[in-house]
This record gives sequence, C-alpha cells and structure tokens, in this order.
Amino acid sequence: MTDTFISDGNAQAAPYERASSAFAGPSDYFALLKPRVMSLVIFTAFVGMVAAPGGMHPLLGAVALFSIAVGAGASGALNMWWDADIDAVMTRTAERPIPKGLVRAPEAAAFGLFLSGLAVALLALASNYLAAGLLAFTIFFYVVIYSMWLKRSTPQNIVIGGAAGALPPVVGWAAVSGTAPLEAWVLFAIIFLWTPPHFWALALFTAGDYERAGVPMMPVVRGDASTRRQIFAYSLVLAAAGVTPYFVGLGTFIYLGVSLALGAVFIWRAWDVLKSSVHDHLPAKKLFGFSVFYLFALFAVMLAENLAGLHG
Amino acid sequence: MADPSIETSSQSDNRLTPEEEQKRRQRNVAIALGLALFMALVFAVTILRLGGAVAERTF
Repeated sequence: MTDTFISDGNAQAAPYERASSAFAGPSDYFALLKPRVMSLVIFTAFVGMVAAPGGMHPLLGAVALFSIAVGAGASGALNMWWDADIDAVMTRTAERPIPKGLVRAPEAAAFGLFLSGLAVALLALASNYLAAGLLAFTIFFYVVIYSMWLKRSTPQNIVIGGAAGALPPVVGWAAVSGTAPLEAWVLFAIIFLWTPPHFWALALFTAGDYERAGVPMMPVVRGDASTRRQIFAYSLVLAAAGVTPYFVGLGTFIYLGVSLALGAVFIWRAWDVLKSSVHDHLPAKKLFGFSVFYLFALFAVMLAENLAGLHG
Repeated sequence: MADPSIETSSQSDNRLTPEEEQKRRQRNVAIALGLALFMALVFAVTILRLGGAVAERTF
C-alpha cells in the first residue's frame, strides 16, 4: 500500500496514472463500490428474495443479500478501473477515487476481483450454485460485456448492458428458491426496460460530458430528437411491463392500480421530454428523477404486499 | 483530503507523513475488520447449513 510515487518521465500522464495510494482511506475504497448503485441492487435483490416461494434462514438470507451487494460493488470497482480514463474527463465522474488520484487503477482492479471471488463463494455457501452462478454472470456481464465492449462501441450500450443491473432480483429469487422461473424474469424485464429511458434522460443533459469522453451515448450518436423518440417508445413498453407482475401473481389489485398510475406519469414525463426544445433540459431532468422514484415505488409496493401477506 | 499531485514523503525517502501513516492505519483496521467479518460469516453459514446434519448424525 505504500507505493513509490512514479513521476520520472511521466509528466504527460493523467493524475490517476501517477497516483499514490498513500492518502487513500477506507472510505475511498468504499466509494469504488458505487454505494448508490449498490443500494438499488440490495433493494431489488431483496424484493426478489421476498417474492420467491419458500424461505431461508434469516441469517442465511442476510448473508446472501450481503454477497449480492458485495458482488455488485465489486463489479463497480472493476468498472471504475476499466473506465478510469473516461471518468477523468467527465464532470459527473471526475471525483471518483481513481481519477482523483486517490486509488491506483490496478489496485481497484485487484480489489474488485478479490471481492468478486469472495462474494460469489459466499453466496454459493449461503444459498446455492444457481444464485452464485447468476451473480458471477452478472459481474462478468457488467465488466466484460458492458464496460469493456459495449460502452465504447455502440449507442445500444446501456440497452444491452442494462441486463447486468436487471439481474439482482433474479439472483435474489434464485438464492431463496434455487430456481429462476418466469416471475423472476418479469422483475428482470421491468429493470431492463427501465434502464434506457433512465440513462438516456441523464444523457440528454450530460451529452457534452459523454461526447468529450468519446462514449457513444444515444444523444451523441443519433442526436437529441432521436433519443427523445426512443425514450418515449421505451416508456410505453416500460409502463406495460410495469403492470405484468399483477398478471403473474406478484402483485394484487393495489399493485395494479399503483403501477398503472405510475406508468401513466412516466409516459406523461416522457411525452414532455419528446415535446421539449433541444435546449430545454428540465423535462429530461424531471424524467430522470421520476424514473428513480418509479422503480423504487413499484418494487416497494410489491415488497409491502408480500410482507403484509397479500400474496398468500 | 490531500491532493495526491503534491509530492509525498515517499518521493524523497521511505518515511511516511503523519497523514499517510494515519491513512495506512485506517486501511489496516478496515482490512482486519473485513477479514474478521468474512470469517464470522463463513463460520455462521457453515454452522447453519451443516449444524443440523452434524447434530443428527449417528456415531
């Protein structure tokens, strides 16, 4: 941890390439785990665990959930290692530990790999090999398929890459039941279809950042108008997908009502984005904010109904 | 948080500044706690998953 400060002949290198980890504290390593993303993963995986038939010992369930969270965090650290160069030029990500020069990129890679192995092994011990395998696949998909391959090569990056963020409820479901049936994939579908409008709304008002970094996000490659149309189209499909838990027994009529209402608001927000002028970023910001609430609310209602015993 | 672009003590010699020492101590404590937690979790999971079988085995 007391790395020699490399400066000779490296004057042109970015700060993160000349970093020493001497000043890095535990909180900097924790920041590598993308805590905010991790909290969403914990929540959706927990809903998957609660919704799954059967049950498991509470402590085993807690360890399984902890493993899923650590696995998600590990993939975040590996993503930050791989994307250090683009994080450094984007305003939104420039304060991350690697571009800030607090943690060396190879250390983040080692940290992420170590935690990945630990998380998968612990999940296998606490639950079953299917859940552990799905967690390993999630990490692989996020790091290799999304970060290393898709992110810099296609505007469909977050569409396909969204699968990684959508898998946690399936992992949670598998941890409890040892299976991954249609119901689990309904939860997957909601997050998968939610990802494009969520990230493209963000990209609409941070397109300059992505352009500077050379990331082919939809607004950068296809332009604002096309992105707005696609956001609207995905919002229609998402609103429909948001209702499906009711039809597979994951929600009661309360869920049906809430999902219909939230879906209608989502479509209305997306319509606002579609009709706004190119320089008006407010509708996109509103949609971005609402999209977070939308996903949280749908899963929260499902969770509340389950905990209240309304699903039998 | 100190700016890492500022020359650290390790450039001139191998002695750490007080801030670097403090950070190293924090990292060491975090690693120790992390390992202890991992061991405790593996132990607890093992007992929970195998405990019943061990208790019911015939000698």
